[in-house]
Amino acid sequence: MMTLKVNGHDHQIDADPDTPLLYVLRDELKLNAAKFGCGLGQCGACTVIVDGKAVLSCVTPLLLLNGKQVTTLEGLGTIETPAPIQRAFMEEQAAQCGYCIAGMMMRAQALLQRNPKPTDEQIRAELEPNLCRCGTHMRILRAVHRAARLMDTAELTPAVEGGAQ
Amino acid sequence: MSRPRIIASAAITALIGGAIAAFAVIWRPAIEAVEPPAPQSFEPALIKRGRDLAAIGNCSDCHTAGGGKSFAGGLPVPTQFGTVYSSNITPDPNTGIGRWSEAAFRRAMRSGVDRAGHHLYPTFPYDHFTNVTNEDDRALYAFLMTRPAIHAPALANNLAFPLDQRFVVAGWKLLFLKAQTYRPDNTQSAEWNRGAYLVEGLAHCGACHTPRNALGAEKPSASFSGGDVDNWQAYAINAQSPSPLPWTTDALFHYLRQGWDGDHGVARGPMAEVTANLSMVPENDVRAIALYMGSVFGPPTQDRLNEASATRAQIKLSPVEPTQAGIPGGSIYQAACATCHESDRPLPYSGINLRLSTALSAPDPRNATNILLSGIRPVGGERSPIMPGFANSMTDDQISALLNYLRGRFSNQPAWTGVEQTVRDARRSETVLLQTPPGSSMQRDKP
Repeated sequence: MMTLKVNGHDHQIDADPDTPLLYVLRDELKLNAAKFGCGLGQCGACTVIVDGKAVLSCVTPLLLLNGKQVTTLEGLGTIETPAPIQRAFMEEQAAQCGYCIAGMMMRAQALLQRNPKPTDEQIRAELEPNLCRCGTHMRILRAVHRAARLMDTAELTPAVEGGAQ
Repeated sequence: MSRPRIIASAAITALIGGAIAAFAVIWRPAIEAVEPPAPQSFEPALIKRGRDLAAIGNCSDCHTAGGGKSFAGGLPVPTQFGTVYSSNITPDPNTGIGRWSEAAFRRAMRSGVDRAGHHLYPTFPYDHFTNVTNEDDRALYAFLMTRPAIHAPALANNLAFPLDQRFVVAGWKLLFLKAQTYRPDNTQSAEWNRGAYLVEGLAHCGACHTPRNALGAEKPSASFSGGDVDNWQAYAINAQSPSPLPWTTDALFHYLRQGWDGDHGVARGPMAEVTANLSMVPENDVRAIALYMGSVFGPPTQDRLNEASATRAQIKLSPVEPTQAGIPGGSIYQAACATCHESDRPLPYSGINLRLSTALSAPDPRNATNILLSGIRPVGGERSPIMPGFANSMTDDQISALLNYLRGRFSNQPAWTGVEQTVRDARRSETVLLQTPPGSSMQRDKP
């Protein structure tokens, strides 16, 4: 039994310490934003934020997460009050099939917490580990810039656990 | 003349003589600037040969900053003496080599002097390029002079006095630059000699793989016995090679040509660019390099062969071998690494069986640490092996525990020392692995 901190809440998890975080999020906690893509850390669909940094949850076993704060897309905003990154992706219509988008948003969120005004080049470099098969990359790029602007204005932004430090 | 006078005039003579000698060593004339030659003035076949040679020489690697324009320079090259920035070798007349004649280019290759007569730092490996023939220099010149001209002024080097004074380099050359030492060996085949010419000359393999002395020159007595480059260890590529299986000429060819080999794994770090370049040059040249390097490695000893068959036998067992869970690092390996590294899928799109990993059998943990932290980044626009980095999900202690476990389980070598320090250093220098700090390409374009 271990305590896993997800989106500000403590959860008691009864699973093997080598269980990937992704399985616990989806199967135990029913947080289904993070997706299973390849299971090998090669596609980025499972990206979540751990202590402010983008992490591939399919190759991150529970035993690495003692005392750490996990944030999933569900922890950023809700349908009623979406976070700036979510609003921006909706306003730019950045999702096509949508499978990669939760991972894209989480990695972009981690980038924006560290660097509120990234250049095109920096966004491309940061999102490189996340694959999109539909080809909405240009919209994703625009959405990240839009999110940066939204965060820069006095928009309501939900607090992110383990966020910018 | 009185005795003091004799001494005084002798001293003055010696001083003048010394000054003349120093002047002769240091001073190099400028070679007259030319109008940039028109691209059409070069034969297409010559340009093509120059392109292949430039790839063998890996010119683009140092002369292109990450995210920057090809051959426009600006890459910071860390050395034991400070940082030297690579120069712009595009034909831009003001900031590149547009006004260099072929003679000026050849002099730079042969003796490390720029068109204006300044000594170049030996980060530009003219101690190897001095062996390049006139004919090949001509082709390289034709290739470079037909690239797009990029305006990119040189960045100031970060070297302490007196090394920031270029005349000091003249003294270095006096000690270490042996002009055109390469001689063909008539007892060897033409292919071997071709390989030797490329390896010792343009390909400058020793620049990374041969250790350097306190003054930054390669130690001739320790050729190919391993060096340091950009926080990576360039492995010994002679009889001292740490590779679990001995290298063969065929394996070398496959590795250099494809960027990976089933017995040895994937080229990464600074070597990835080298193999990417060698993938597009004439196959014969890569075969020649492999043949020559095969003879540098030499035939494996009986001990080495015995170890190799033991390793191969262990690999067959490996997937069913139980992991020692509960051992620090063992559970991390099982949870984060084994899915790829015990997948039984063929290279290069799966992880290598770690018993074959040179990084884990190497004398120090630097390369294994770099890979663990940063992973293997995909090559832009190509199919290529990738591995996720674990810098964000593992603490230094967890990385150290994993490294110690991997070393113990997958190599026959004694435990590493100083793993924790290596991990801390590697984490600090992680940005260096990305070659160009954010924003430097913009800085380069400032007037």
